Amino acid sequence: MTTLDVDSIYGLAPGHRLQFEEAQQAWVVLYPEGMVKLNESASDILRRCDGKATLSTIVTDLEQTYDQVELRDDVIGLVSAALDQGWLKKR
Amino acid sequence: MTEKADTPLYPLWLLAEVTYSCPLQCPYCSNPLMLGERSKELQTEDWLRVLAEARKLGAAQLGLSGGEPLMRKDLEILVAEGRRLGYYTNLLTSGIGMDESRIIALKEAGLDHIQVSFQADDSGLNDLLAGSDSFAQKQRVARLVKSHDYPMVLNIVMHRHNLDRMREILDMALELDADYVELANAQYYGWALVNRDYLLPTREQLQQAEAIAHEYQDRYKDRMKIYFVVPDYFEGRPKPCMNGWGRVFLSIAPDGTALPCHAAADLPGFELPNVRDHDLDWIWKDSPGFNRFRGESWMQEPCSGCDKRQECFGGCRCQAYLLTGDAEATDPACSMSPRHRVILDAVQHSAQLKVLPDPVMRNKRNAVRFREEKRDPQQSCADKPVV
Repeated sequence: MTTLDVDSIYGLAPGHRLQFEEAQQAWVVLYPEGMVKLNESASDILRRCDGKATLSTIVTDLEQTYDQVELRDDVIGLVSAALDQGWLKKR
Repeated sequence: MTEKADTPLYPLWLLAEVTYSCPLQCPYCSNPLMLGERSKELQTEDWLRVLAEARKLGAAQLGLSGGEPLMRKDLEILVAEGRRLGYYTNLLTSGIGMDESRIIALKEAGLDHIQVSFQADDSGLNDLLAGSDSFAQKQRVARLVKSHDYPMVLNIVMHRHNLDRMREILDMALELDADYVELANAQYYGWALVNRDYLLPTREQLQQAEAIAHEYQDRYKDRMKIYFVVPDYFEGRPKPCMNGWGRVFLSIAPDGTALPCHAAADLPGFELPNVRDHDLDWIWKDSPGFNRFRGESWMQEPCSGCDKRQECFGGCRCQAYLLTGDAEATDPACSMSPRHRVILDAVQHSAQLKVLPDPVMRNKRNAVRFREEKRDPQQSCADKPVV
């Protein structure tokens, strides 16, 4: 797994869109000629990658929202994978 | 973490083939041989209704294609409505008909992405294959696409005449700063089937080209995504055509015919529905055409007992019909098909040709000839010298 700096900021890569699809009852990432359906935890994380929040802010926000601890590795894992896929870009 | 968006309950992709009119004459065109008359094309208000109905069914990707979609003056209206409805809007163009004012107008309408086709990296070869002087314009358009901040896909249909230029083609894509490159090996339906002897590459050509594509995939993975679409004639495995009949893909022809697959109009025994007569909800869910090859009950041996049937869905129904005369047969591209020989023979036959036939260019004159001959696609295949 890539190690990411928790102070870094990510947003959707150019040409990508994140939206809720009624028919699929799910969030999807849309990009040129393609689409990926997200599960709940992936969409919770990606929706917070808004080009403003740092990863540590996102982790704290999620831990408070779901009343859980130790979500840091989950967030970093998902964000790393999304970077590899080209959905996210570092700001 | 994620799952592929391929649940079969609703169309995910709407391909709007807004016109068959096209200034290019590529001999591998996926449009039907007989093309169609412009007077029978859907009007703007028909397309707006189609966009709304497909979106309601769940379609999220909208491809505006053709022919050359820029030939339609109402393209900006369709893009704007598509975007307003929440589609990711893709324009699939040859570049002919694009200029700076139009690319700005499309951006303002909300167009998300532009795919530009090239025939080759070299103007002589490009223009020969396109049957028109188009290379310089395509280069201009590719630069316009990038300078106006669109993501850009370059699409190159690959075959005997350009596979040896894989390195040069990918260098051109890098130079034009493409975000994605689709190296789409020709698929042998319609015009490409008529021109199969002209287009089919040799196995050696393909292997070398594929190795170069993989080399560039690794070396430039941070700059550009490269898709090499494996040609089914050489793999022994059929492609999962459209990810299954009536599962995720819905195409509307210029005259309003709804198609589960580009070449489906060639298939006998059932009528394809038209959006002028029915709404898309009925067409997608209930029409006999869209239900014809859904699921597995239509399958014959070896498909019906095969453990790969959920990966390939039996391959392509149109190819099965075109090459075996039986739309329910196993796609002969599959090595398990009892008729796989027709594929092997076609590959061997074209590899041995010392002199290639002239291509039948995709243009109105030839389309009219096909219409007049009322030559069905099976005929045009059967009269190929497949030994």
